[in-house]
Amino acid sequence: MKIVVSIKQVPSRDSVLRVDAAGTWIQEEDLAYEINEPDAYALEEGLQLKEKHGGEVVVVCAGPARAAQTIREALAKGADRALHIEEENLGTFDPLSLARLMAGALKLEKPDLVLTGLQSDDLGYGQTGVILAEILGLPHATIIMQVEKQNGGIRVKRELEDGWFQHVEMPLPALLTIQSGINKLRYATLMGIKKAKTKEVKRLTAAELGVTPAASIRFSRVYLPEKSKHTQILEGSPKEAAAKLVERLKFEARVL
Amino acid sequence: MSILAILEQRAGTWHRMSWETLAAAQQLGADLQQPVSAAVAGGEVGGLAEELAGKQLERVYAVEHELSKDYTPDGYAAALGQLLAVAKPRVVLFPHTYQVRDFAPKLATALGRVLVSDVVAHRVEGGETILVRQLFQGKMNVDVRFVGEPPYFASVQAGAYRADQVAAGSATVEKFRPELSAAAIRTKPLELFRESQRAVDLTAAEIIVSVGRGIKEAENIPIVKELAEALGAELAASRPICDNGWLPMERQVGSSGQTVSPKLYLAVGISGAIQHLVGMKGSKTIVAINKDAEAPIFEVADYGIVGDLFQVVPALVEEIKKAKG
Repeated sequence: MKIVVSIKQVPSRDSVLRVDAAGTWIQEEDLAYEINEPDAYALEEGLQLKEKHGGEVVVVCAGPARAAQTIREALAKGADRALHIEEENLGTFDPLSLARLMAGALKLEKPDLVLTGLQSDDLGYGQTGVILAEILGLPHATIIMQVEKQNGGIRVKRELEDGWFQHVEMPLPALLTIQSGINKLRYATLMGIKKAKTKEVKRLTAAELGVTPAASIRFSRVYLPEKSKHTQILEGSPKEAAAKLVERLKFEARVL
Repeated sequence: MSILAILEQRAGTWHRMSWETLAAAQQLGADLQQPVSAAVAGGEVGGLAEELAGKQLERVYAVEHELSKDYTPDGYAAALGQLLAVAKPRVVLFPHTYQVRDFAPKLATALGRVLVSDVVAHRVEGGETILVRQLFQGKMNVDVRFVGEPPYFASVQAGAYRADQVAAGSATVEKFRPELSAAAIRTKPLELFRESQRAVDLTAAEIIVSVGRGIKEAENIPIVKELAEALGAELAASRPICDNGWLPMERQVGSSGQTVSPKLYLAVGISGAIQHLVGMKGSKTIVAINKDAEAPIFEVADYGIVGDLFQVVPALVEEIKKAKG
């Protein structure tokens, strides 16, 4: 089975974010970056499917030069090779034109299965996978918690709300968006890290793929959210703050 | 030109977010001075459409086809695409449900548009619609504007608009039968199921202590367990804790877990991503303990302690024991 996993590099989870001078994005200097967490689960699922059924795992990542680090980490975990759509100004691509870029890179690959994380931790649209499926003409299912191969296709477990699930059957090739927690993530081994250095990373650009940026939506202002409640921050040492909290809960909120 | 709210039902029962989306559509319609219509799709939706006919709407579209009885992304995107060609709305609103996430981006893509997903608010300036959504798991907000020609697509976040603000009125119901073929539906949906009977009913708890990523390791869970015991509280968690198997899935609070509204909710080491907030922001009193003063959890908290939970929680246990005597 040839599996393509789409991954994205995002600011580390505990980054302190500041709005940039133009007020339309964040300051990117000095941030640390990591793989988008749901994409890490998608990668792991791809690796496990390959281990079970044989084949190849190809990683595709659209991102600036710094994304090469995240790609290397994916190769170190066991992906066979990678496609890096290297663009410094991905902000000028809306979700549709970004998916066109990825579709362009995937056309030559002809994968049996495309996996993406269900959403990104930065933009959080939760739709790149579905858009990509539509452009590639593939059937899809989202928020997947289990993938089983069966005759002529796959059977997946789709998560619904409030603890409900549903099995869905579909033919291959297909695209799935993977939910966090579907599997247990592996760490890269020393051997894996060593091997990753020799694996192929093919660089592609938007110009080569013949995709021009398109903006059907525009960010006019990025800002810190306003608080919906007035939060009383209780100061002092842990002991002092704890004592203040208990007093407030007892006499003010009257919940103790 | 109008606003069209595409609402969600399953087996004849409304998804609760449908009413919130209808309220959003009516408010946007008032702001843009444009009529609002609503649509509901399924096998037979006559009863639901009649219910919508009692709301302040121009038209109600009952999109019915035997192939739409069970939801599939291919079937729904095709049926609703055909409806849009007839209804020609300017703005299309959806509830941001798991099902909408499954088909709405496909529908928008087929029409060469982008869905602005998970919208928390809107405003209209000089006739232009501006949508507010969150970035970076709720750490930032962004104002989004549409560029180019309508239709514009957006989905509305749970709890962003109030269901009880839907205005009553009267509307005509129009049946719409799309042309669907079984051959064009590539996925085969099977029965819905639940993993197991839920042994833990968090919704009945008066006090909940909930733990997130800040706890760092499974070995540290007893620290919050002790706090829950001191308070006589149920122990709950955000998704990553259950994903890691540190606490069972049935203790998960959030969009994929349980929705709770206890009188006291203590969020320990939880940053407050929206998927968690939608499951607990109805709690009467919310306490947040987190090392990051800018964590989104503080946006909904009544009381906050910015600090290291490994120091604050034991101190809190001690103070609670003292207070309880």
